[in-house]
Amino acid sequence: MSDVNNTNDRSLDDLDDQQNKTDSEEYVTALIDGQLFGIPVLSVQDVLGPQTLANIPLAPPEVAGSLNLRGRIVTAIDLRKRLGMDPADREKSMSIVVDHHGELYSLLIDEVGEVLQVPMQNYERNPATLDPRWRDVSQGIFRLDGRLLVILQVQRLLDIIKVAAAA
Amino acid sequence: MDELLSEFLTETSESLATLDVEIVKLEQDPNAPDLIDNIFRLVHTIKGTCGFLGLPRLEAVAHSAENVLGKVRDHELVVTPPAVSLILGSLDRIKDLLAALEETEAEPEGDDSDLISQLDAMALGQEVQGEDQAPVEAPTPAPVPERALKEGEATEDELERAFRETETEPTEIVAKPEPAPSAAPAPVAAKAKEEPRVEKSSEGSVASQSIRVSVDVLEDLMTMVSELVLTRNQLMQMVRGHADSEFKVPLQRLSHVTTELQEGVMKTRMQPIGNAWAKLPRIVRDLSHELDKKIDLQMLGADTELDRQVLELIKDPLTHMVRNSADHGLETPSERAEAGKQETGKVVLNAYHEGGHIIIQIKDDGRGINVEKLRAKMLASGMATEAEVAEMSDQQIQMQIFAAGFSTAEVVTAVSGRGVGMDVVRTNIEKIGGTVELSSEWGKGSTFTIKIPLTLAIVSALIVESCEDRFAIPQLSVVELVRASKESEHRIEMIKETPVLRLRNRLLPLVYLGDSLKLANASDHKLTEGAEVFVVVSQVGSYTFGIVVDRVFDTEEIVVKPVTPLLRDISMFSGNTILGDGSVIMILDPNGIAASTSDTKVGERSDADDDMTHAVSTDDTTTMLVFRAGSTEPKAVPLSLVARLEEVDVETVEYANGQSLVQYRGKLMPLVKMDDSCNIRESGRQPILVFSDGDHSMGLVVDEIIDIVESKLDIELTATEVGYLGSAVIEGSATNVIDVGHYLSDAFSDWFTSPDEAAFGEADARRLLLVDDSPFFRNMLTPLLEVAGYRVTVASNGDEALALREDGVDFDCIVSDIEMPGMSGFELAEQVKSDGRWQETPIVALSSHVNPKDLERGRSVGFSDYVGKFDRDALLTTLSQTLAEKVEVA
Repeated sequence: MSDVNNTNDRSLDDLDDQQNKTDSEEYVTALIDGQLFGIPVLSVQDVLGPQTLANIPLAPPEVAGSLNLRGRIVTAIDLRKRLGMDPADREKSMSIVVDHHGELYSLLIDEVGEVLQVPMQNYERNPATLDPRWRDVSQGIFRLDGRLLVILQVQRLLDIIKVAAAA
Repeated sequence: MDELLSEFLTETSESLATLDVEIVKLEQDPNAPDLIDNIFRLVHTIKGTCGFLGLPRLEAVAHSAENVLGKVRDHELVVTPPAVSLILGSLDRIKDLLAALEETEAEPEGDDSDLISQLDAMALGQEVQGEDQAPVEAPTPAPVPERALKEGEATEDELERAFRETETEPTEIVAKPEPAPSAAPAPVAAKAKEEPRVEKSSEGSVASQSIRVSVDVLEDLMTMVSELVLTRNQLMQMVRGHADSEFKVPLQRLSHVTTELQEGVMKTRMQPIGNAWAKLPRIVRDLSHELDKKIDLQMLGADTELDRQVLELIKDPLTHMVRNSADHGLETPSERAEAGKQETGKVVLNAYHEGGHIIIQIKDDGRGINVEKLRAKMLASGMATEAEVAEMSDQQIQMQIFAAGFSTAEVVTAVSGRGVGMDVVRTNIEKIGGTVELSSEWGKGSTFTIKIPLTLAIVSALIVESCEDRFAIPQLSVVELVRASKESEHRIEMIKETPVLRLRNRLLPLVYLGDSLKLANASDHKLTEGAEVFVVVSQVGSYTFGIVVDRVFDTEEIVVKPVTPLLRDISMFSGNTILGDGSVIMILDPNGIAASTSDTKVGERSDADDDMTHAVSTDDTTTMLVFRAGSTEPKAVPLSLVARLEEVDVETVEYANGQSLVQYRGKLMPLVKMDDSCNIRESGRQPILVFSDGDHSMGLVVDEIIDIVESKLDIELTATEVGYLGSAVIEGSATNVIDVGHYLSDAFSDWFTSPDEAAFGEADARRLLLVDDSPFFRNMLTPLLEVAGYRVTVASNGDEALALREDGVDFDCIVSDIEMPGMSGFELAEQVKSDGRWQETPIVALSSHVNPKDLERGRSVGFSDYVGKFDRDALLTTLSQTLAEKVEVA
């Protein structure tokens, strides 16, 4: 966090990766298997209810399929799969649509929560003992009242090809 | 960048592109006043604009070039290759300056006095031998050119301006151009400023007809129209469900307008392919100098239009291929002379539309590809083992030039031969859904055929379903659809575990879409016995295969959207799209499917495919009926000659006058035996081949009909035995091709006189046009004449023949039937002799009735000779005599 000061002229993606210098952050929260996750609000385009997904043959297992969002093709990513959690019924999943380099992705989750503004002082780095799959995509943890918010980095979440190659 | 400057850059580079072409044209045709006027005007404009914008270096170079051109226009200078090289050199310099200008927005520092002094020397009529020699001749060093160029400029240029500008005291300048040097700078500056205005006002009316639009705007429009098309499709789909919707009529209208809009926007993106070719004449011209070859570049169909995006993508591959043809394809003049060809090699570019595709052919009449050398090279470089090489067809070997790192050139030149290139060419072309094929004959030249889609953005696609998932297959790659089931005529058969389909006597390799996409329940699906499936026959390059799907829906216009980067490495898909019903489906890429499911690389083909493609693409193949009669070796006859295949009951065979006959369609038809070893069966049914023409029918007794094959009718030698034209390799075995004429004359004494040896030798490769309305005689005479060494072109009537004349085809001799529907032979002869390029071509009449009156009339309309239709040797004799006479006359 040495270069906290020069984030203003950086792209949105970098914003995800960096701590902002303001003293609080806004996140769209999502619930997967009881765990609360946060995605930077600026990268979120849309929140969707359950959708019918078109199958994409030969795609990596994390890619759940594609859907049509007002004439744009959105690739659905199964976050449970991506985070190494037990699979759930994809057809019932809600999703958060994010824009990444002009492409839309919908991240399948169990349930969308509220938008939270969290003070920076509650921020913690990833514990060294965190599951490597989570550590890889998490940017850090926020301590909330009675629960923990794991911040996800969109860029990392979408590095599926790299993961597949490494596996 | 300054708007004025950017305008200038665009305009000037356009002018320069035109100039490159025009100047090369001028070199070929130095006395065309239009050309030189146009060139002069273009250079003049460039110079004027440079002065206006304050670009002294550019102006000086353009100015000196203009001087030389002015002299040429006034016929004071003759167009010579060094002069053209010099002018082209100065254009190159201008281009360099422009490039620098574009980058830095300022003219680069530098000195052009070398070039300018050469130009000036030339303008003054001094010999400029070579570019490096010239500086020696240059009378004045660096700073002086401004002055030197003034002297040359004086004539035409000044005169012109004198008429336009009254305020610059024209008389003085015209009157004494020689002593001008000291006074020169001032009027020049004034003039230069004047120039653009003058040019603009005169060209204004033309310019207002078209406007420049930035490509981005067009691209945006295209994207929006694509979205509109999608939405329209969606709406249509919704309304389809409700029979009497109030939206129906307005929607129809919306649909109509959308279609028109789509077409309109597409049109704005269409550009003539000539734009991609504009640089070629210059490149070829430079090449021909560099390589010391004489090259004639012909460009046909330059106005064929295609999508801008496609055009951009094929520009470089095309240039590369033309370079290749010029460098590797064509031989040096001395080699060509040795090979008996004209010294000037030809490279022909031809573009045309064919069913939603653009076909671009690059053809050269050079040395062709030496398959043996390629084989050796493949072995040497370890690309293939000896066994593999031995198994490959010539075509497959030739396609290897598209493999990476492969070069056939013995010498690596600056131009090409480094083994990078053709693979890049192929990759680029395939990237846009195109294919490239090569056919080459050693010693005769090569032809590359590029097939590319008209546009990339919106394509028509076939929607199919496999394992409950739907996919789109671009129509471009779909050859046909076949329904296959246990009961139907088309049945999928298994060889070990490989599914194949019998399709018109060919085995088509099949790919189950479900399998290749690893769809969940694919394996269960295949086992469903008796289920009906569809085979989408696809063609990738020259490899044809079938994709098995469960269902086939409509075709739909789809907007191709690239797949997300996450999926880019899946080669099976070329994109995805949203259908009218709003669902997202993947677009299949047949190239990827072909590549992933077989070892066959794209471009290779099985022998069966080989025949198939030939049958479609070239006229050289003939469908041959292969049969056995008498001896065991196979015999063949062109199928087109056979009227019918029949089996007659031997009981019905009658004998009269030593001749066996059978009643056939109310007439007596003679049965002819191939030779004595071939007998009519004792009992049962006897297969015969029926040949007929008009009233005559004849049955040829055969033992067994073996097959019908497509084969190149390349008759290799004249058989010494009567009754055979010669032998040809058909389906890998030597097969005797029978001479039907012989048997016809056996059957009917009035049909042909006795057979004789075909005239060989001096008739070598004489071009013959055969005009006859009877397909039987055309088919009959063509092989006969070909065996006798003529190259035969056939026309079925007079109009067809005359159309060939319009096309600029030349023949050494014309053989024409007299009685033809429509234009008779007499009329044709009159037409031929009346005017045009065939006036000198001898024409021989062919008729079944020869009477003195006809003979006389024939001579009067210009027939050189008259031959009875059935008199085969007379025809051959007459032809060789006529051609001999023609040679003497010439």
